[in-house]
Amino acid sequence: MTTTVIPPDSPPSPPPPPATEAKSATRPGDKIFRGLSRGSGILLLVVMASIAAFLTFRAVIAISGNEGNFLTTFEWNPAGKPPVFGIAVLLYGTVISSIIAMVIAVPIAVGIALFISHYAPRKLAAPLAYVVDLLAAVPSIIYGIWGALFLVPYLDGLNSWLDTYFGWTVIFAKTEIGAARNLFTVGILLAIMILPIITSVSREVFLQVPKMNEEAALALGATRWEVIRMSVLPFGRSGVISASMLGLGRALGETMAVATVLSPSFLLSGHLLDAGGGTFAQNIAAKFDEANEYGRDALIASGLVLFILTLLVNGAARLIIARRKEYSGANA
Amino acid sequence: MSQATMTQDTTPAPAPRTNTLAGKSLPRWSPIGFAAVSIALAVGLGTVAGWQSKMQWGLLAALFFVVLTYTAASAVEGKRQAKDRVATSVMWVCFILAVVPLASLLWTTVGRGIKVLDGYFLTHSMAGVPGFEAGGGVYHALIGTVEQVGLATLFAAPIGLLTAVYLVEYGRGTLAKAVTFFVDVMTGIPSIVAGLFLLSIMLMFKLQPSGFMGALALAILMVPVVVRSTEEMLKLVPNELREASLALGVPKWRTILKVVLPTAIGGITTGVMLAIARIAGETAPIMLLVFGTQLINSNPFDGAQSSLPFYIWEQYRVGSDASYDRAWAAALVLIAFVMILNLVARGIARWKAPKTGR
Repeated sequence: MTTTVIPPDSPPSPPPPPATEAKSATRPGDKIFRGLSRGSGILLLVVMASIAAFLTFRAVIAISGNEGNFLTTFEWNPAGKPPVFGIAVLLYGTVISSIIAMVIAVPIAVGIALFISHYAPRKLAAPLAYVVDLLAAVPSIIYGIWGALFLVPYLDGLNSWLDTYFGWTVIFAKTEIGAARNLFTVGILLAIMILPIITSVSREVFLQVPKMNEEAALALGATRWEVIRMSVLPFGRSGVISASMLGLGRALGETMAVATVLSPSFLLSGHLLDAGGGTFAQNIAAKFDEANEYGRDALIASGLVLFILTLLVNGAARLIIARRKEYSGANA
Repeated sequence: MSQATMTQDTTPAPAPRTNTLAGKSLPRWSPIGFAAVSIALAVGLGTVAGWQSKMQWGLLAALFFVVLTYTAASAVEGKRQAKDRVATSVMWVCFILAVVPLASLLWTTVGRGIKVLDGYFLTHSMAGVPGFEAGGGVYHALIGTVEQVGLATLFAAPIGLLTAVYLVEYGRGTLAKAVTFFVDVMTGIPSIVAGLFLLSIMLMFKLQPSGFMGALALAILMVPVVVRSTEEMLKLVPNELREASLALGVPKWRTILKVVLPTAIGGITTGVMLAIARIAGETAPIMLLVFGTQLINSNPFDGAQSSLPFYIWEQYRVGSDASYDRAWAAALVLIAFVMILNLVARGIARWKAPKTGR
């Protein structure tokens, strides 16, 4: 179909000449259309490459003017003389809040996925799945104001409870009084936001478990839970892992929800319940307004780190998922 | 077992046989009964202990329910069945845990948003209104959102569609593989990174912020979503249709335009609408590239504009009661827009779905 030039000696029989004639007369419409669709595919690759190139270029400008160490400085002052800024606190905050989100969201999401695929009444399964998908449709800024104006006051009680009974673990010790605008609250909010994507990808995997495996287990007298333990979970493990990584990618890059809830500071604190800390995206949103051109370059440099981070996480998730081509979760 | 059924097929066996084969089991109403008992216990204890938070009551009820179910089931039915019942209730709890925030969020948004939402709010801008006082509206933000999202769709929909056509109809080899992989990776790009990318272009070429720049960033976020959904839809088009068309001598590009795309048009529309719903709520790129203004600016190519999500952020930052009210009202407008788009899109998907085996 795509052969335009045919070596004259390869087809031994006489019919080919007229056939090649008919084929080689490629219509201009075909050429144009093919070129267009190919071109837009290539355009996407170009966009990805130029995102990396432009961010790197501006980041190099920023880092070469930085008097502090970009990786270890606990400060963000690109407007100062000399300019000093570093991403240590941001990296810590981003990773910690995402970890909290994952710890909360993954088990619940797997539970919901199992509920929809194996427990819910047949007729209800589709509407219930839709309800979970609606969670994904809510814009992040609305999660943000809901988190800041509704969830934060609500979580004060939980925070003091954690402090009283789990304060000995150090991470749950609350050393200062104040609203729950901390990394822990951010983690909870992020968990709610990444639930739908983990759920929908896991659900698709669970629905693909070969019916034979489940029926064999049932025929041996297994209860429903044992069927899930023995046939569904082992089959779906890689799917759940990659679903979680897709969720992690979202959590790492979330901006508005974090920017509204967190009260930021450039202190590295092991106490999760103390207000403070920051994430890459939140820092960009918070510092952008007052930044001059060099300050913007500095923010772009931190954005580059975030870009690489999400690229690695998403790429890894996609590579795991690529083993089973049927589901991708990109529509979720 | 088969022996027994074979020898006894004439005798009136059914009643005793069901008794011997099925073990003892709890009556069917038992989960409801346990639930009622545990809720009653939790409410009783909660009021006695004087707990304010209803969340604690709920948690206590859930705990009672699990313990009750486990003990009763293991006493009557055995350990394995008891575990199964506990697992079932855990699944239910997981699902309820997901619904509670959604319900609470919708409830809060509607409840607080309805206060200021009226005709005046929708048709006036914030020009001349001090942020901490009541009054003003979202008109300028509505215009901004519609124009930016419209422009983004104008770029993203054709590019996404053509890319999907390439991947399904033409794509073989490494280029197609690379495009597929990077489309997947692109879905995961944080919106703020897309914003920073265009910001760096803006810094490089000394461009001014405008709705157009924001639309470009939104288009970057939108393309991969369109590609993925269109791709899935094109794959559902039966090959027989293509073959029939090609066999009649129709050129490939006309086959795609006249046969393949119309067959999948329902699903493609759904995909594009879902993508619009997704980007309509993006704040970060707008903040970096469009800047926001209090005034009506209906020209997306010149000067700062506002947008609904940005307006919410702006009003939230002002931090007075009046501005919170406006933020919630704008949130209600935005959420209604997104939800309606979602519902309509899924409706179209249902209505126009190509018939498949599943």
